[in-house]
Amino acid sequence: MLLAVLRRIGIFAASLAIASMLVFAACAGLPGDVAQVVLGTQADPEAVRQLRIELGLDRPLVSQYLSWVGGLLTGDPGRSYLTRQPVGPDIAGGFVVTLWLALLSMVLAMVIGLFAGMLAAVRRRHLDGFVVSAFSQLGLAIPAFWAGILLVVVFAVGLRWFPAGGYVPLLQSPVQWLNHLVLPVVALSFVQSAVLTRYVRSAFLDVLAEDHLRTARAIGWRRFPALLRHGLRNVAVQVVTVLGLQLATLLVGAIIIEQVFTLPGLGSRLLQAVSERDLVVVQAIVMLLVAAVLVINFVVDLAYLVIDPRLRSGVRRQVGTA
Amino acid sequence: MSTEHGSGGERSEGVETTLAVSDLTVSFGRRPPSVRGVSLRIGRGERLGLIGESGSGKSVTALAVMGLLPEYAQTWGSVQLAEQELLGMNDRRLSRLRGSAMSMVFQEPMTALDPTMRVGRQVAEVFALHAVRNGTGATRHRVLNALVEVGLGEGERIANAYPHELSGGQRQRVVLAMALANAPDLVICDEPTTALDVTVQAQVLDLLDAQLTTRGSSCLFISHDLAVVARLCSSVAVMLDGEIVEQGPLGQILHDAEHPYTRGLVAAARIDRVQRGERLPTVADFWERGR
Amino acid sequence: MRRANLLVGAALVGLVLVIAAVSLVWTPHDPIRVDPAHVLVPPLQGGFLLGTDGFGIDVLSRLMVSARFCVLVGIIAVGIAALVGVPLGMVAGQRGGWVSELIMRATDVWYAFPALLLAILLAAAVGASTVTAMVAIGVATVPAFARVARAGTVQVMAQDYVLAARAAGTPPIRVAARHVLPNIAPTIGVQASVSFGIAILAEAALSYLGLSTRPPTPTWGRMLRDAQTYLFSNPELAVWPGLAIAVAVLGCNLLGDGLRDLLDPRLKEVR
Repeated sequence: MLLAVLRRIGIFAASLAIASMLVFAACAGLPGDVAQVVLGTQADPEAVRQLRIELGLDRPLVSQYLSWVGGLLTGDPGRSYLTRQPVGPDIAGGFVVTLWLALLSMVLAMVIGLFAGMLAAVRRRHLDGFVVSAFSQLGLAIPAFWAGILLVVVFAVGLRWFPAGGYVPLLQSPVQWLNHLVLPVVALSFVQSAVLTRYVRSAFLDVLAEDHLRTARAIGWRRFPALLRHGLRNVAVQVVTVLGLQLATLLVGAIIIEQVFTLPGLGSRLLQAVSERDLVVVQAIVMLLVAAVLVINFVVDLAYLVIDPRLRSGVRRQVGTA
Repeated sequence: MSTEHGSGGERSEGVETTLAVSDLTVSFGRRPPSVRGVSLRIGRGERLGLIGESGSGKSVTALAVMGLLPEYAQTWGSVQLAEQELLGMNDRRLSRLRGSAMSMVFQEPMTALDPTMRVGRQVAEVFALHAVRNGTGATRHRVLNALVEVGLGEGERIANAYPHELSGGQRQRVVLAMALANAPDLVICDEPTTALDVTVQAQVLDLLDAQLTTRGSSCLFISHDLAVVARLCSSVAVMLDGEIVEQGPLGQILHDAEHPYTRGLVAAARIDRVQRGERLPTVADFWERGR
Repeated sequence: MRRANLLVGAALVGLVLVIAAVSLVWTPHDPIRVDPAHVLVPPLQGGFLLGTDGFGIDVLSRLMVSARFCVLVGIIAVGIAALVGVPLGMVAGQRGGWVSELIMRATDVWYAFPALLLAILLAAAVGASTVTAMVAIGVATVPAFARVARAGTVQVMAQDYVLAARAAGTPPIRVAARHVLPNIAPTIGVQASVSFGIAILAEAALSYLGLSTRPPTPTWGRMLRDAQTYLFSNPELAVWPGLAIAVAVLGCNLLGDGLRDLLDPRLKEVR
């Protein structure tokens, strides 16, 4: 068991390292001279050269990479080329907003998805099961941001129940904070819950057909308790897999939703930095997002160990295709 | 009905007929019935072998007795366990009988147990579920005892193991332990040894024989293998296309069968009787579809 | 009833493809030229079936032309993903051992990398365009194909006739071409259908953010972005493009489901 955990930690650390190299390489490889961009095309070449030295861009790439990573590990992703301000505090606020959006959507999607998926599986020969399945099929086809826009049209413009955009920090006013997050979270979780419903339904169908569930009933369990006691754990593996994958998609989806509802999250900051060619910021945000995804995958991997005892002894299992 | 352990127990002592199936018909949806007008009788302590080829309806019959048919199955007729009518009984009452008054052993041991739960705990569940009937419920002692009785001597190690750590034969023994735990009146076995190696088969059959005798349980033993049935059962019913075509004591079936299909089955099983140079007999020699 | 998925899916996808093709030669009105005289005309007036948008352009015409680009991006992206992913998966499946392990671990990390981030980086590098969108989505879809190809390859390799071929000395390349490829083709097809739908969604998101085709080329995502400016006055403008996307993606998903059911109800595609 310990070996399995250590192995996973190792893979996580390695992935993180490789990802950081890829992100750095990608940003460093972008065409154009940063210093030139900062000072403008009319700038004096000598000034450009000076700026390059000042920003540390004349050092070998490896050295730049190492000092960047060193900074990351101490929590300092550097200073913006444009504003010369530390990037850390700059993106911290945005990160919090995006995180709230993603987490709340995840929770809502999970609740809806688990319930709907179970219903769709157990009642698949009845009308209600079919309706749920049909709905989830629809949810998969709808872009989240379109759902967001429609929600704005109906609930913000039409009924005026919720604001059409903007954000209020939690500490400033919990009620307003929630008020501004309702529509974005619903939009994002609508699509996610459709995906989850499909996976949960499929996982439950698999479990319902399994022999050991039949054994459970043969020894005297009734239908529902049998499912809960002997079915859930096996469903859990598939569900956890999906959750892991979906969390990553959720983060990305959050970025887009932020545009619909003008939320000051990582997404808008990232897009702004891209258009300004503020590479330090871009690098930091991308690395943050990639790291978040890797952390999620790592946690999911650990969760498997808890759920499925067959994995603890190192029995290889193909997970991830659901 | 007299009771043996505790109060509310449904164990039957002085009843002669354990299982009485009358005119059982089962159909799924709009398809023609899989089981038609089947009637069986198993006395106390008696073992009935149900023989037939795949698709003849044997398993469906067994599931109908246990009440484990899917929701869309329709049943007619009567199934009485110790004079209690099972067909039409609600699931709540049926589930109290399952695992206590009647139990079932399935064909595939590799997938019969929950892979995420230790074996000992799964055996304990059978005791715990029917604590009312057996009085003391689940205890470590009882679980280990149950495992030892089915030949899994290192009870502790087995009880702490997960199913994937055991062999097929071991898993089937565990399933057997679970089926016998509460000394049921009727044990239904649906091809329990078909998926096992021949040597393991013999061991498991011997074990089943001994255990059934010890507890005085009746047995409905389903198989396609006449040899296996002959080893264990005292009477045989032959099933063909959903119907019972012949029924009777083992000796009569083996030596004096009336229905041509039965005679074909027997002949095909008695290859020791084939002379040198003779062609092996087949069922088709005796009986053909549509006749 | 079982075939319903397949038929409806094929019909919807076919509809989109036909509209895209038709748009090459005909649209009810000019889909590109700005017309200040007919700005924001309501639907069913002035010969505009769905009305006009804030630029005075006929919504229906724009929808039709957008179909063309969305389909194009989808096809190219899926093409890239298949061309890179399938051989990768096949190699992993055939070789096994550390090669397979390495490739699969890499695809796991790769799979977690969203198309959006890739598109953003590319946009930062060379500026956003249809090509960057295609490449970004294509590259991000590679792991899905690699996984499906590998799973299928492993299955085929375990078949007796493949073992026989290998025992007879057939070189791996021939085994791959003659035995593996034809047998995994159906599953790849299913994956392609599903990925096509996902690609359309991704492209819509990218063009909504301005990271795909450049104006004035219309795409459904861009139409939604433009419509957002008029949410308070002409909310119906936001309905049509989204509906178009939903129809197209729904068609792809149903088609994929139907194909999969046709082949083997137990198969599962990768999202």
